[in-house]
Amino acid sequence: MPAIEVEHLQKRYGDTVAVADVSLTIEEGEIFGILGPNGAGKTTTVECIAGLREPDAGRISIMGLDPMADRDAVRGVLGIQLQESQQPDKLKVGEALELYASFYSQAADPEQLLGALGLLDKRETRFAKLSGGQKQRLSIALALIGNPRIAVLDELTTGLDPQARRETWALIEGIRNRGVTIVLVTHLMEEAERLCDRVALIDAGRVVALDTPAGLADAAVAGQLIRFRPSAPLPAELLEGLPGVHSVELERDQVIVTGSGDVVSAVIGALARQGIVAHRLRVEQASLEDAFVALTQPARRI
Amino acid sequence: MKKMTARARTIAAPRAAFTKLLATEAKLFLREPLALFWGVLFPLILTVAMGLAGDGHDTSLGGLSLVDVYVPVTMAMVMSIMSVSLLPVILATYRERGILRRMSTTPVRPWALLGADVTVNIGVIVCAMAVIAIVARVAFHVALPSQGFGFALTLALTAVAMLALGALVASLATSARVAQGLGTLLFFPLMFFAGLWVPQQQMSATLRDVGDFTPLGAATAAIQESMHGQWPHASHLTVLAAFALVLSVAASRLFRWE
Repeated sequence: MPAIEVEHLQKRYGDTVAVADVSLTIEEGEIFGILGPNGAGKTTTVECIAGLREPDAGRISIMGLDPMADRDAVRGVLGIQLQESQQPDKLKVGEALELYASFYSQAADPEQLLGALGLLDKRETRFAKLSGGQKQRLSIALALIGNPRIAVLDELTTGLDPQARRETWALIEGIRNRGVTIVLVTHLMEEAERLCDRVALIDAGRVVALDTPAGLADAAVAGQLIRFRPSAPLPAELLEGLPGVHSVELERDQVIVTGSGDVVSAVIGALARQGIVAHRLRVEQASLEDAFVALTQPARRI
Repeated sequence: MKKMTARARTIAAPRAAFTKLLATEAKLFLREPLALFWGVLFPLILTVAMGLAGDGHDTSLGGLSLVDVYVPVTMAMVMSIMSVSLLPVILATYRERGILRRMSTTPVRPWALLGADVTVNIGVIVCAMAVIAIVARVAFHVALPSQGFGFALTLALTAVAMLALGALVASLATSARVAQGLGTLLFFPLMFFAGLWVPQQQMSATLRDVGDFTPLGAATAAIQESMHGQWPHASHLTVLAAFALVLSVAASRLFRWE
């Protein structure tokens, strides 16, 4: 049985359609990324999954349970870290964990969790005195205190410095290794590329692509992108006919060629035959970010 | 099968949850020195000050002493500050910081947090009022309420009215700062008619008549009556019951979790 199944989810707020049509299947034990521009409907989707909002249409199943009908049971198997959720300023880290542990009948050991999240020496520290990274780790700890089978983490590393971000990523991998299914909502490509087994790209309330991060990148932007500054004016036709070349674009004095296969050597060979030198030559492999841009803003596709 | 296990794991939230919430909220209250000062210490200091100022009988106060007159006022003050000034700030803060929302993602309902805060509020009120009554009795010979049942009924109705007013303030306030402002603003008319600045005994008849239709005006008069062995006047109890009912209905209709 999949960990999460979402079929044709729809949710609107008044006249605004937050989620138009989202379908996903998330398997047990995977790290599943939900990616998309701001306002795409990512948070609304996970809020429906967690049973915080009632869908207007569609079906959601969490380990075979309905988030609205089986409210308590779903909350027992799914832990969530909400975007921008805080604790009372004067609540100590240890107290927060013990409090949330009391909400679950099979809670994790707060001490062990504090250790795993590197917060043991902060047990007696009040929430207001924690750094951004420590608050985020506490928030993750609270999402895990009920020993959930699924952890939903929304905008996990937003606002963290690169060091803290990397530490958090290592932590997420550790949690997955304990068998917890992880749903990661993010708009950071690097995060999704690094962590996710599969990614759903959501735009304007719809799933526009669903694949592995590498698969998405390949499908969206064919192969490679070559940029250089030719030493002499270069007619575009000279490159357009070459094998493997998909497009040639002249941007001021810069040439941008996209293509696949042996496109790099074909371009360099053609330039050499004309006696043109390619200055500042750069070859870029398509990334998830290219896919993101290509799939969510079709008007500006390269 | 899995459905069964998932259900079995979480049959209701453990009973320990509410106890833990209660203990945590009580601890958090005790960590707020300003709240402790205004809600508990200040009304007590005022009682003592009035006792030191005069515990002799005063004809302008209907033959009562100054401290006799002020004990019901400081008791009303405890309820006003605790429920209308402090509670809404706590609730609005919890909403503003997403704590109520965070709680609703656990098997515990956010109602439990609300219940814990109200319970702590009532607990502190009862303790503060008991200390005022004991200090006034021991130090200044102020009679303990001899109409115990009337006194208890008055307190219960007043507490419901004040807690509901606090919840209403929390519902209407867009932020914790606004809640604080509204709570402070309400303190002045509520406590004016309770007789904080001019004792009810010295108010003009018109002012007193108006005051009898305010929750703390009615409450102070009813407490005063029950301290002297009388059953509180029916009009006071009716006013308190009406406020308790209307404010509770309004608060429960308007309360927002997010």
